[in-house]
Amino acid sequence: MPKILIPTPLRQFADKKDSVDVAGATVGEALAALTTAHPDLKKNLFTDEGKLRSFVNVYVNDEDIRFLEKDKTAVAGGDTISIVPSIAGGAR
Amino acid sequence: MSSAANAAGLRSAPAAGELIASIGNTPLFHLRRLTEDLPGIEIYGKAEFINPGGSVKDRPALNMINEGERSGKLTHDKIILDSTSGNTGIAYAMIAAARGYRVKLCLPANASPERKLILKAYGAELILTDAGEGSDGAIRRCKAIYAENPDLYFYPDQYSNPANWQAHYNTTGPELLAQTQERITHFVTAMGTSGTFVGTARRLKEHNPAIQCISAQPSTGFHGLEGLKHMPTAIVPAIYDDTIADENLWLETEDAYVMARRMAREEGLLVGISAGGNVHAALLVGKRCAAEGKKAVIVTVLCDGASKYLSEPFWNE
Repeated sequence: MPKILIPTPLRQFADKKDSVDVAGATVGEALAALTTAHPDLKKNLFTDEGKLRSFVNVYVNDEDIRFLEKDKTAVAGGDTISIVPSIAGGAR
Repeated sequence: MSSAANAAGLRSAPAAGELIASIGNTPLFHLRRLTEDLPGIEIYGKAEFINPGGSVKDRPALNMINEGERSGKLTHDKIILDSTSGNTGIAYAMIAAARGYRVKLCLPANASPERKLILKAYGAELILTDAGEGSDGAIRRCKAIYAENPDLYFYPDQYSNPANWQAHYNTTGPELLAQTQERITHFVTAMGTSGTFVGTARRLKEHNPAIQCISAQPSTGFHGLEGLKHMPTAIVPAIYDDTIADENLWLETEDAYVMARRMAREEGLLVGISAGGNVHAALLVGKRCAAEGKKAVIVTVLCDGASKYLSEPFWNE
């Protein structure tokens, strides 16, 4: 199962966990599984229309999914997904 | 200026001087188009991006460095060390370069690439901290570095240093009173260290307690409002005084993006994200006053320009 790293300000919405293992073959499925398990994360990460909020950057093993296949990016066991707010600038 | 120059219609220009002397005394711009449909409402933006380091942070950085020199804590064998999300670091790096000091800065790894490039160009040493921990991660790392070797550093600690808010008490506050001919009714600004809000509001309230001072913060700890803090979940700065604000507004990142774009396209002012958030908050206050049939002279802070955020996708969304 891929692992999602939870940034500090979001841990309060994820039972204080710093990472969560989730089922899913793509980033989209993994994030959906995460917000199903921890519903309070949903409005922090997604718009009302279900799109990732524009300041939220998602990385798979340090690669920005915008430059991969976005939410269709494939993930598998051993992959690490990071959620990083853009505090100005998409890159990190 | 000579009478001949006057006759030729030449404008007076400031006399030649030092870079550092050009910090402060920024223009105050009337945001006319944003308030076209709000009779009796005037909104003004303090153009802090005109400071030589490009942001409002030139003021506190200069005051903290001056205070360090005055107290003897800052000498040329010391390295200036602090944590920053970028703008204070740029201000330190600029002033330190001009005065011959070395600078080491802790900043979150997700600070914009432009910021990192600017800091390196000034010759500052950067220590990048965990992006997931945000500015609090940079604060913790900085404290640890200082504790290991306190004699090596001058650590102004912008979050705890009274010289931060005093810069605004001594300069920004009086400038706003003068530039509005004391007509200001509301001061609205978002908080990071809280120095701009605390210092300016203290001066304005002292002058006239009826001036409404309204702070703003991101609505949650997870946001894209660079430099700003969600006080309920962040390390609260020691200089923050929660008894000053008449009210606090909660900001969404997306609203700041929309307003940064509107400022560029409707006012011709290319400002950064936190400035967008500030103008959004000021406009909320303006709309409320207009709905109540009140007149208002609302002032906010255009913290920095857009140049450090041009790689953000939101400009074209």
